[in-house]
Amino acid sequence: MLLELIVVSVIAASTPLLLAAAGELVTERAGVLNLGVEGMMIMGAACGFAGAYFTDSTLLGALCGIAAGAALAAMFAALTLGLAVNQVATRLALTIIGIGISGLIGAGFVGERITPAPHLALPGLSALPFVGSVLFGQDAFVYCSVLLILAIRWFLYRTRPGLVLRAVGDNHASAHALGYPVLRIRLLAVLFGGGCAGLAGAYLSLAYTPFFTAGMTAGRGWIALALVVFASWRPLRLVAGAYLFGAVTILQLHAQGAGMGITPQLMAALPYLATILVLVAISGTRRMAGSTAPASLGVPFVPDR
Amino acid sequence: MRKVLIAAAAMLVASVGAASAQGKTKVGFVYVGPIGDFGWSYQHEVGRRELVKALGDKIETTYLENVNEGPDSERAIEQLARAGHKLIFTTSFGFMDATAKVAKKYPDIKFEHATGYKRDKNLATYSGRFYEGRYIQGQIAAKMSKTGTLGYIASFPIPEVISGINATMLGAQTVNPNIKVKIIWVSSWFDPGKEAAAAKALLDQGADVIMQHTDSPAAMQAAAARGKFAFGQDSDMIKFGEKSQLTSITNNWAPYYIARTKAVLEGTWKTGDVWGGLNSKYVVMAPYTNMPDDVKKAAMDTEAAIISGKLHPFKCPIVAQDGKTVECKGGANLDDGQILSMNYFIKGVDDKVPGAK
Repeated sequence: MLLELIVVSVIAASTPLLLAAAGELVTERAGVLNLGVEGMMIMGAACGFAGAYFTDSTLLGALCGIAAGAALAAMFAALTLGLAVNQVATRLALTIIGIGISGLIGAGFVGERITPAPHLALPGLSALPFVGSVLFGQDAFVYCSVLLILAIRWFLYRTRPGLVLRAVGDNHASAHALGYPVLRIRLLAVLFGGGCAGLAGAYLSLAYTPFFTAGMTAGRGWIALALVVFASWRPLRLVAGAYLFGAVTILQLHAQGAGMGITPQLMAALPYLATILVLVAISGTRRMAGSTAPASLGVPFVPDR
Repeated sequence: MRKVLIAAAAMLVASVGAASAQGKTKVGFVYVGPIGDFGWSYQHEVGRRELVKALGDKIETTYLENVNEGPDSERAIEQLARAGHKLIFTTSFGFMDATAKVAKKYPDIKFEHATGYKRDKNLATYSGRFYEGRYIQGQIAAKMSKTGTLGYIASFPIPEVISGINATMLGAQTVNPNIKVKIIWVSSWFDPGKEAAAAKALLDQGADVIMQHTDSPAAMQAAAARGKFAFGQDSDMIKFGEKSQLTSITNNWAPYYIARTKAVLEGTWKTGDVWGGLNSKYVVMAPYTNMPDDVKKAAMDTEAAIISGKLHPFKCPIVAQDGKTVECKGGANLDDGQILSMNYFIKGVDDKVPGAK
């Protein structure tokens, strides 16, 4: 019974990380380092909440969140792809803008309420012990995150456009020489990443804790960034990473509640500690390190004319 | 006309230039969080707005939000001082050293620092006796709990939080001597996701009344979703748990802000240290809701007794976790210094204070 409740909490805590990291994975696979996940996420949270507030629809709210994340990503793309400005500096600046604007947009909604995202209820199935609530009782965002990962995996490894996207990320000069529109592909990848981050933010303000307050993402965007590295740019490893992180976060809370007497400061650091350990393990194993960073990651591309 | 400036470095510089000479006294506020946190900083902002309502024809106010504790805060405070503010409220514990430093440099400006202990000729301190509200909450919680286990979401093991847990348990023990409390430290003042997860974990483990010393309404919402009871924090969170909120300790800074600003206008301002509680209405209990009439009556009686001074939550003897009786420095109760430096749990709390030997 307790295990079931814990698993449900873990899935809920992991989903925003998975959604945001999935988008960033595609962006980075195309060779663009977008450090602004946190900013795009909080924009998604603010606009998603605003959308749901006015329309009373979780779906429309989520779409607003996606659009907001993508809009901020478009700004980033204009600067880094169009003008070849330094990606790291631009993105940090835009994160700060995102946090500021979201606070401004959200200011009118602080203390307001919306109907939380509905959870799936399948007659019969949802009532099953354990699997009922874990598999058939989640909200739409959770299923969406799983489908998203499967779709990304299929796209990157099983389709021609996916191959082209990876080629752009690994060697943009060659891809350009072969006649592929490097900047256009990167633009689409950046927009996709922004949309996913916006969706992750919308999940926070619509489903996880259905309200908006400034700064409510509380650093989850940065964790999503780390998860992409953790997963060595592989979609399925990303799932493992996100759920591991979510599990450690939730389990440490339960350990405290059960009075296990471990210092909470150490507990709070555990998820990050676990991340570092796994990173060391990955880079220590030659075979696992097979897929490393896209070769052109973070390098601006300026086509010769 | 009031001038509201957002805390961005560029704007800060602009504010110096924009210092207008309309003959109105300028009053500045420095907030640690966004005014949209629906908690600590939000309540200070509510106090500022009340101040403008009351004295708007004589004063002009400025606030800076999201100011980091540390070196940044010194710059922010000094900018306000240079821009001609005559009275400056700095509203977070971490602004203490910066406020003291700037106060030394500008002896003609009056400074007010919330929750600190450093004072000067032109630097006063103020805070709220939140533990009084926690004692009442403890009594209510013990009466409402069916499992006899309370869930407590804590931020950091500092005296204010520890004394809050102790006051809660002292109140709860008057109802049920065997009451248990499960404590989860989330190591943050504000992380809605984590606060919600902590509330769920506590409920999963059998706690059926949730209380918090963190700032967002996430825990209230999590309790509401499970049909369990909870207490709000800083502001009235009834909207987030119409059938769950029992009451909420709300911070009410307006009376202090208005009184101190009036004192500056009239030239009667003096430094000091004000620690106001239910008595002076700095701490106000939100309406007692979702409880039977007898519980409500008991809560109101306790509140009245605290206000009249008949009841002190830290009435001696206080027995610490290790079984030793705490020295009683305040006569019939612990003195303020002892409450402000509390670093031990009382008997009946099973948990350990993090970091304590």
